[in-house]
Amino acid sequence: MSFLGKITLESIPYHEPIIMVTLAVVGVIGLIIAALITKHQKWGILWHDWITSVDHKKLGIMYILLALIMLIRGFSDAIMMRTQQALATNGAAGYLPPEHYDQIFTAHGVIMIIFMAMPFMIGLMNLVLPLQIGARDVAFPFLNNLSFWLTASGAVLINISLGLGEFAKTGWVAYPPLSELAYSPGVGVDYYIWALQISGIGTTLTGVNFIATVLKMRAPGMKLMQMPIFTWTCTWANILIVASFPILTAVLGLLTLDRYLDFHFFTNDGGGNAMMYINLFWAWGHPEVYILILPAFGIFSEVISTFTSKRLFGYSSMVWASGAISILGFIVWLHHFFTMGSSANVNAFFGVMTMVIAVPTGVKLFNWLFTIYRGRLRITVPVLWTLGFMVTFTIGGMTGVLLAVPGADYVLHNSLFLIAHFHNTILGGAVFGYMAGFAFWFPKAMGFHLNERLGKASFWCWQIGFYVAFMPLYVLGFMGMTRRINHTDNPAWNFWIYFAAVGAFIILAGIILQFVQLYVSFRDRQQNLDTTGDPWNGHTLEWSTSSPPQCYNFATLPHVSDIDAFTDMKEKGQAYQRAQKYQPIHMPKNTASGIFMAACITAVGFAAIWHIWWLAIVGFISAFVLFLVRAYDSDVDYYVQPKDVALIENAHLDNVAANLTNLARG
Amino acid sequence: MFIRKLSKAMLAVGAFVLAGCEGGVLDPKGQVGMDEKHLIVVATLLMLIVVIPVIFMTLYFAWKYRDGRDHEIYAPKWAHSKTIEIVVWLIPIVIVIVLGIITWNSTHDLDPYKPLEHDAKPITVQVVSLDWKWLFIYPEYGIASVNELAFPTNVPVNFKITSDTAMNSFFIPQLGSQIYSMAGMATKLHLIANEPGTFKGISANYSGAGFAGMKFNAIATPTADDFDAWVTKVKQQGSPLNVQQYKQLAKKSENNPVQYYGSVQQGMFNYIVMQYMHPDSNMKSMGSMSGMEDMEGMHDMGNMKGMDHAQHMQHMQHMKDMDADQTHSSTEQSSIASGEAE
Amino acid sequence: MSIAIQADLHMAHSHEHEHHDTSGNTLFGFWIYLMTDCILFASVFATYAVLFMNTDGGVSGKDIFELDFVLIETAALLVSSITYGVAMICAKHQKKAATLGWLLITFALGCVFIGMEVYEFHHLIEHGNGPDRSAFLSAFFALVGMHGLHVTAGLIWMLIMMVEVLTTGLTNRSVTRLSCLSLFWHFLDIVWVCVFTVVYLLGAL
Repeated sequence: MSFLGKITLESIPYHEPIIMVTLAVVGVIGLIIAALITKHQKWGILWHDWITSVDHKKLGIMYILLALIMLIRGFSDAIMMRTQQALATNGAAGYLPPEHYDQIFTAHGVIMIIFMAMPFMIGLMNLVLPLQIGARDVAFPFLNNLSFWLTASGAVLINISLGLGEFAKTGWVAYPPLSELAYSPGVGVDYYIWALQISGIGTTLTGVNFIATVLKMRAPGMKLMQMPIFTWTCTWANILIVASFPILTAVLGLLTLDRYLDFHFFTNDGGGNAMMYINLFWAWGHPEVYILILPAFGIFSEVISTFTSKRLFGYSSMVWASGAISILGFIVWLHHFFTMGSSANVNAFFGVMTMVIAVPTGVKLFNWLFTIYRGRLRITVPVLWTLGFMVTFTIGGMTGVLLAVPGADYVLHNSLFLIAHFHNTILGGAVFGYMAGFAFWFPKAMGFHLNERLGKASFWCWQIGFYVAFMPLYVLGFMGMTRRINHTDNPAWNFWIYFAAVGAFIILAGIILQFVQLYVSFRDRQQNLDTTGDPWNGHTLEWSTSSPPQCYNFATLPHVSDIDAFTDMKEKGQAYQRAQKYQPIHMPKNTASGIFMAACITAVGFAAIWHIWWLAIVGFISAFVLFLVRAYDSDVDYYVQPKDVALIENAHLDNVAANLTNLARG
Repeated sequence: MFIRKLSKAMLAVGAFVLAGCEGGVLDPKGQVGMDEKHLIVVATLLMLIVVIPVIFMTLYFAWKYRDGRDHEIYAPKWAHSKTIEIVVWLIPIVIVIVLGIITWNSTHDLDPYKPLEHDAKPITVQVVSLDWKWLFIYPEYGIASVNELAFPTNVPVNFKITSDTAMNSFFIPQLGSQIYSMAGMATKLHLIANEPGTFKGISANYSGAGFAGMKFNAIATPTADDFDAWVTKVKQQGSPLNVQQYKQLAKKSENNPVQYYGSVQQGMFNYIVMQYMHPDSNMKSMGSMSGMEDMEGMHDMGNMKGMDHAQHMQHMQHMKDMDADQTHSSTEQSSIASGEAE
Repeated sequence: MSIAIQADLHMAHSHEHEHHDTSGNTLFGFWIYLMTDCILFASVFATYAVLFMNTDGGVSGKDIFELDFVLIETAALLVSSITYGVAMICAKHQKKAATLGWLLITFALGCVFIGMEVYEFHHLIEHGNGPDRSAFLSAFFALVGMHGLHVTAGLIWMLIMMVEVLTTGLTNRSVTRLSCLSLFWHFLDIVWVCVFTVVYLLGAL
């Protein structure tokens, strides 16, 4: 065994020009960013205020930043797939050979779900949830920091696979026996296993953390049935995380044992049973899609009720509908493999159960509609995303129910119809929701508004691009085109394949416009400051704080007596009250333990992938020692003194008062 | 004017889409596929009852209640209505009940494991997915072919499907249902072609680098005589398929040309399945599930452990007519296995 | 056992108001963590249930399980739960020496359990019945081994706690941590009862 395990010079794909150019570009961009940070002397701020931060708002922003970076990576994969399929018609080979193409679609799936959608969702939850329940932070701030860095650790590993070795060539589900050593002897599946395992543990810890936060840290007076709807949907999502992610941990662990220690869980020989993997994988995988979509449902609810200047219609219906979706989400996993040969009774049961989920989902749509009814809908960027979602998701829901009919699934399973369906729901549902939430809470997080015109332009590119890119896939599915093929030989398909490729480029324009929007908004931030902290006339407590909120969120904990707590305060004239006397506020200190521990765990993962056992042992012991050091560090908290609180609060309230008078005059 | 033009354009697009679907699952040539197409159409229409109003209401409400239209009623505190809540729960429930009944019945009718009701005597084809090609064995004719499947029109075909590699899915879009092929077990599929023709067949589950080339032609011959002619052609042109040649065939290869095997060693399919199944563990499951003759068959297979392959196949020669029983027992095994997985 | 847990919880609450104490949150969070661990075990249990017949011509449970041996192993772990409970009662009454003593006994019993398990594994592997032999043995080693790893982690934790109690005494922090470890230890006991029943008892039938 060599010092560097299985790493050799051949592990670097220097014969692949696409990868080498990508790496060069990433390297150059990295250097430019590093140079800019050095030039503006921001390393200290980056380290002390962000990387080591235990503040849920900053962690939320870092999660979203991670999601946006991974969106670029995942979307590059999407563009490459669409162009490859467009170039490889009529039997042509295209520009991506199978060993590269197969990595790309695997990476696209893993990145978009685990490293784009999940961090985006968790980022928004971090940013908003503690504010919505009137808490000063989450229950375990250090754990929150560690969770983030574990997620980042997984993202780092998956990105290393680009330049060293390979990624899995199995599809994002990594079904055995294909993912077993016999059929995937390379390091690709190992990258997959460790990236998912490490980030999955981070996500599990996040779930634990936020359930404790919601149940233990709510503002005085806030009953469970008075929590804002976004908090509720996040809570259901966290319950799903806690109940389903351990299954992923287990199934990945078993696959690890198969690959590393010659166990026989899912192998063809030795009595293994690959169907067991498929069942366990989807027992996690199906709840996972509800983990993604439920918080998005919450965002749409908040956006619609805020911008219609109206209460949310059917609040308790919404809460229970979300709960029903969560619970039903656990008894439908078999619909991912109706074609495995289960008995008709079993298939029919899982088909019908899947359809039942359409009921609470349909109720939600109607509730949003009746929230708009007799409201005053302001057509802003978040509202556009929401309306776009309501139309798009309805179509996706319909095709989903169609796929839930086993008889229909027997011919549509694994076809591009399925691809179109889940993009219809995950992109048109979850991601549209995150985009709405991004535009909605951006002023809260950053203290200034996003450029509205560019936001709208971006939305239309996404919306139109979505239909152009994915409607053809429905057609192709009906025409018998299956997923994951890297070249085609059917002239009838060509038109639709080209059509879809055009759509991908329209979405690309949407993404570029979003980055332009970020740049322009940042450049013009002084003209677009959010001085009151309540730019949309919001309903819930996050809008009662300054933008961005102070580290302690609330100088005095609010007393809640209504679902729309902040609206209630504004109506009763209790908003923006100055306290007579402030109490000292107990706050956790920032710590570097999280990133150091995650770095050690990354090293463990990397070492395991490449069989560098000494490094795995050193990394593990270091992580454990760091954990102990943290556990016995008594210098973990401090108090914000009343005079400082008073200073900060008075400045903010003066600002608000000036603006409110201006508004009244104007 | 504009609307008229638009509707013309829509019609043109619609016609194009329909024309484009030729050769796919919306252009079925067999009873199973036709039933499934019918099911898709009915389910879609049912769902459109909710989907169209929702989309329409979304756009209409967004327009009608947009900010600035001060003549519209504004009710900021209105957030609950029992009537509306009951209606919005009831509509989806009713539709899902109707769809659920359709689903329950159609799932039983279209169960891929259920033999088709037909006057003609079905033929059996044993399907093996390999890296990256399909092997079709005709036990009743003692022949086999690679990447070409033939059967007479209007005769039910009973497929027994297994894999000697990763999981694949055996799928002929124009004939209907697909079923996974998995190593160490045999799954079942029953299809029929009601029109003669050559249909594209694929693997519908990604299985590695050569997956895109795992294509075959499924030829539904117009008459039984045509099929017999095909069988004769295979017998004449093909080489024999024994274990050695099978091992050769099973090696990785991409975009395989059509190959014929004029004779196939007895029990070939079972040999392929049994490579991964160990007799003792089967004994246990078999005991509760099937009759004694199966157990004996399995037991014989069990004793083969440690023999080399030549002996193995020799042994198989002795077990004349065990083929059908063997197949039967291995499918039992598969249903046990999937039962466990459920 | 549940009495012990209640005692733990009660104790955590009684200290709540001292100085921004978060022991209530900690214990609650730890409960939720244990739920995730529970599901982890459930997944591996399910795998075992599916694979325990797949012996691939090798040994089955009946051939390898020695119930007498496992019974002693089980007894060691069950008794260790009781001794841990006693340690917690002592900790509640701020009896440092007694707490340490009972923790030490618990630790020793845990070591007996792990030692016996390692012996069993070694014995099996030596006779060619390692986890690479069949799916049944894979599932057996994974399930029992995962429980064993948890117990080992618990033992290391216990060792650290003993050092903490020895040096800093029964502070609010150490008692909260002992309470978490208590939950963990009792949880592992319950899991073992399931392992014993599902794997050994049903397997030896």
